[in-house]
Amino acid sequence: MARYRSLRDLDWPLIIIALSICALGVLEIFSATHGTVWKDVWMKQLLAIAIGLVMLWLVTTIDYHTLMAQVPILYVLAIVGLVAVELFGTRSGGARRWLPMPWGFQLQVSEFVKLVIILLVARYFTELRTEQPGVVDLLKLGGLAGLPMLLVMKEPDLGTALTMIPVLVCGVFLAGLPWRYVLVILMVAGLVLPLTWGLLKDYQKARLTTFINPAQDPQGEGYQVIQSTIAVGAGGMWGKGVTRGTQTQLRFLPVPHTDFIFAAWAEEHGFVGVVVVLGLYFFLLMQIVENAQKAPDRAGTLLCMGVASILLFHILVNVGMVVGRMPVTGIPLPLLSYGGTSVLSVFMMLGLVNNVRLRRFVN
Amino acid sequence: MRLITTERQVDPVRPAHRDDAKLATGKIAFFQYVTLAVFILLIARFWELQVQSPELYLERAERNRIRAVPVLAPRGKILDRDGRVIVDNRGSFTLYLTRENLRPEHLATICQGLDLDCQELKTRLARFDKTRPKYEPIVIKQELTPGELAFVEAHRGQDTFPEMELIHSQRRLYARDGLAAHAIGYIGEVSEEELNTAEFARFHQGDVIGKAGIERQYNDILMGVDGQRRVVVDNIGRHRQVLSMKEAIPGQSLRLTLDLDLQVVADLAMENRRGSVVALDPRSGEVLAMVSRPAYDPNQFAGRIRAADWNELVKDPENPLLNRAIQAQLAPGSTFKPLVALAGLESGAIDEHFTVNCGGGGTFYGRYFRCHLAKGHGTVDLHRGLVQSCDVYFYNAGNRMGVDKMAEYAEMAGLGHKTGIDLPHEAEGVVPSTKWKARMYRQKWYAGETISVAIGQGALTVTPVQLARAIGGLSMGGVWYQPHLVKDQPQQNARVLKADINPESAARVINGMFGVVNEGGTGVRARIPGIELCGKTGTAQLASNELVKSGRLGEELKDNSWFVGFAPRQDPEIVVVALFEGGLHGNLSAPIVRDVIKAYFDKKARTAPPPTLAAGAGLPAQSPQP
Repeated sequence: MARYRSLRDLDWPLIIIALSICALGVLEIFSATHGTVWKDVWMKQLLAIAIGLVMLWLVTTIDYHTLMAQVPILYVLAIVGLVAVELFGTRSGGARRWLPMPWGFQLQVSEFVKLVIILLVARYFTELRTEQPGVVDLLKLGGLAGLPMLLVMKEPDLGTALTMIPVLVCGVFLAGLPWRYVLVILMVAGLVLPLTWGLLKDYQKARLTTFINPAQDPQGEGYQVIQSTIAVGAGGMWGKGVTRGTQTQLRFLPVPHTDFIFAAWAEEHGFVGVVVVLGLYFFLLMQIVENAQKAPDRAGTLLCMGVASILLFHILVNVGMVVGRMPVTGIPLPLLSYGGTSVLSVFMMLGLVNNVRLRRFVN
Repeated sequence: MRLITTERQVDPVRPAHRDDAKLATGKIAFFQYVTLAVFILLIARFWELQVQSPELYLERAERNRIRAVPVLAPRGKILDRDGRVIVDNRGSFTLYLTRENLRPEHLATICQGLDLDCQELKTRLARFDKTRPKYEPIVIKQELTPGELAFVEAHRGQDTFPEMELIHSQRRLYARDGLAAHAIGYIGEVSEEELNTAEFARFHQGDVIGKAGIERQYNDILMGVDGQRRVVVDNIGRHRQVLSMKEAIPGQSLRLTLDLDLQVVADLAMENRRGSVVALDPRSGEVLAMVSRPAYDPNQFAGRIRAADWNELVKDPENPLLNRAIQAQLAPGSTFKPLVALAGLESGAIDEHFTVNCGGGGTFYGRYFRCHLAKGHGTVDLHRGLVQSCDVYFYNAGNRMGVDKMAEYAEMAGLGHKTGIDLPHEAEGVVPSTKWKARMYRQKWYAGETISVAIGQGALTVTPVQLARAIGGLSMGGVWYQPHLVKDQPQQNARVLKADINPESAARVINGMFGVVNEGGTGVRARIPGIELCGKTGTAQLASNELVKSGRLGEELKDNSWFVGFAPRQDPEIVVVALFEGGLHGNLSAPIVRDVIKAYFDKKARTAPPPTLAAGAGLPAQSPQP
């Protein structure tokens, strides 16, 4: 198989777009953190990007069919990892999300669980030989994907848990779900959602209610949304310039280098900067979709579309949150937000896409 | 492990390629449209925020980061006539709460750390929220102790309490033990009720203004103009940069006519007594000393007075907030007799040869009026009548001239009107007359009432400052100056009343008052060897003698003791009134007046003016204390 693994055959436009987003991210991380205790994290981000590229290559080299064969092992590893987080994870802001690693690194296991879910969904629908999945099949898949999701939810990290749903939805959609099932699912969801309200933590409820009406609590949860909207609006057409955004620099904007990095970007680079970055994301997604279309088999298509849907969901929820159109969920913006695990996980997803691309020349 | 059972076994590593991958083409296209729609919606939202209304958000971002911090102007000092400091300022810290950053859950901790009544603060905040814009900070504590300062600093450092804003300010420092408290007054935050009145309309919420006394009367001179600093703050309220600075204009100092030496002597003489002392310079109307007891401590008002302290002051039956020097309206008793004598001589109702035989009382209009001396004074003329304060003599004199003549001269001497002293809320007193009774009660004057008025009783009431001015003008031979407390300031509508009085009449009355002190009269206790002190005692009844004897009356209705004195007999320089409420007899007030007048001449005799105060004055230390 080695003869197919040529650097030349990689999806270079995809990689260049991804690296461009990374570069702009590092610039904004630098700008948003300079003069603070996090002033050196942009270098850590650079390191994560470098490791990410290596991971991308590694994921590319192993045939995705081989990877999919290992799904049971990966699945068990994911569950063990999440349980380990529950038992030994480090606590930060009331949530256990990180597993301490040697040399002071911290691993956000849930980021890798996303990859496992993508592989799981792809394999499940590949093995399903019927034209249309039945109710029992869907329930089985729901159970399989639901277990890790519940564990992530328990951390608690509702946002990350929710990111798995679009993978499922996309898989079901592509596998050919009849419309009557769509209706049933919608009805069940309509019944279950009010019940889950009781399971939510108080701060999660507060986030949802303040999302609907931010002015109701301008100093609490609504504060973040209000300050973020102000930052975006104050950016205007051309932005205030690197390190010149007052909302970002004076810390009115919460976590301006992670979850709210796009607000910081919008304040310092204006509408023009926003269009540039969103344009890059759009082309990144279209490039992934193109690979899905050219995939050699159903599994390849499902893998690429899983990656595309999970990335689209991240972008929609994060950017929507920054402009006050989505609740505050704390999910990062892929490649732009600071966070080593997130960067690694996205590069591995892109590795999967390249993997599918390289195999299309088979036979 | 098999994920699902299917009809035929599939090698999961290399599943059979199915052409139906292409079947998903339509669905992938659908995904592309969804993606495009998401991006268009997001960009539309950014367009709305960043291109359509960026000014709105720019302004809000500016409001976020720019905060106007008041720079408080120090109030002017208040000095005595020799330039010695009576009221000073001391640096202190004031804590503000910026309501924009306020997190309600922090209030409990803040109240605990600063020893505040949390419920009261919440009520104030709620009231403020209704009436004032959000960016205006609210003062929650003035004059922080070092411990409280440490609390604020410790909590401002963390990301926890961005709402606390510390401001360096000046705190008012008054003399201790209430020295000159009533004349000086006190300051306080302007209240909402006051802001609704014309007098205070020019102030703003939170301004600290004079509330009483000189502090109020001369507030515009003392207050100064606050400055403002515009600073850039971060999300926890740390000042990052100063954008602009408008310096505060300090208030001007104010020099009073009070003489601290005399003030201290008068104050000590009144210690543990209820009453008042007023010393005037009859040649100018300058107030040399003004004491009202019981006093309050104006330092309690220098910060925000606590509700409990305020209630205690207001509910005190002895009413310490009352400035008795200008607000106590009481019968003057026999201290009124010099004015009756003057009225009699000037109106021709009596002359120096007019005599009366005093047998301990007399019957007028069917009622028996007693003299204070039950065995009687025998034959009494004007001079003896004043020296012995013979009531029967003045019953007859008053009866001869009638109440309206007495009222005419009393009003000429300034009784029954405000003196116009530069202090707020002066009382008028009452000079009864036939017209007054007709106006007030729509009743006829009874001749019997004239008899009481002639000895300073009946409906007649005066304030100590009125009496000092009246007798001072008499001692000057008929020139009444308007009393005032501030030097170097032009007095508004300053009135000098000159009466065309026969100098001989004035001299006869003055000689009588000299006799009171120096010829074995009722005021011998005021005598000072070497000084020609003239005076008059007064024992003013608050109830009939019969009631007092029955023993059913409390402290409040005991006789008030008055003494008014001036010196020297020729060209007087000082006139002093002492009122000792419940002091029973006028000769108990005489030593108070004597002490003040003696202090005045002692000071004059000293060649070099003393640089320091008498011991025990309880004044703010200007030099380091040992």
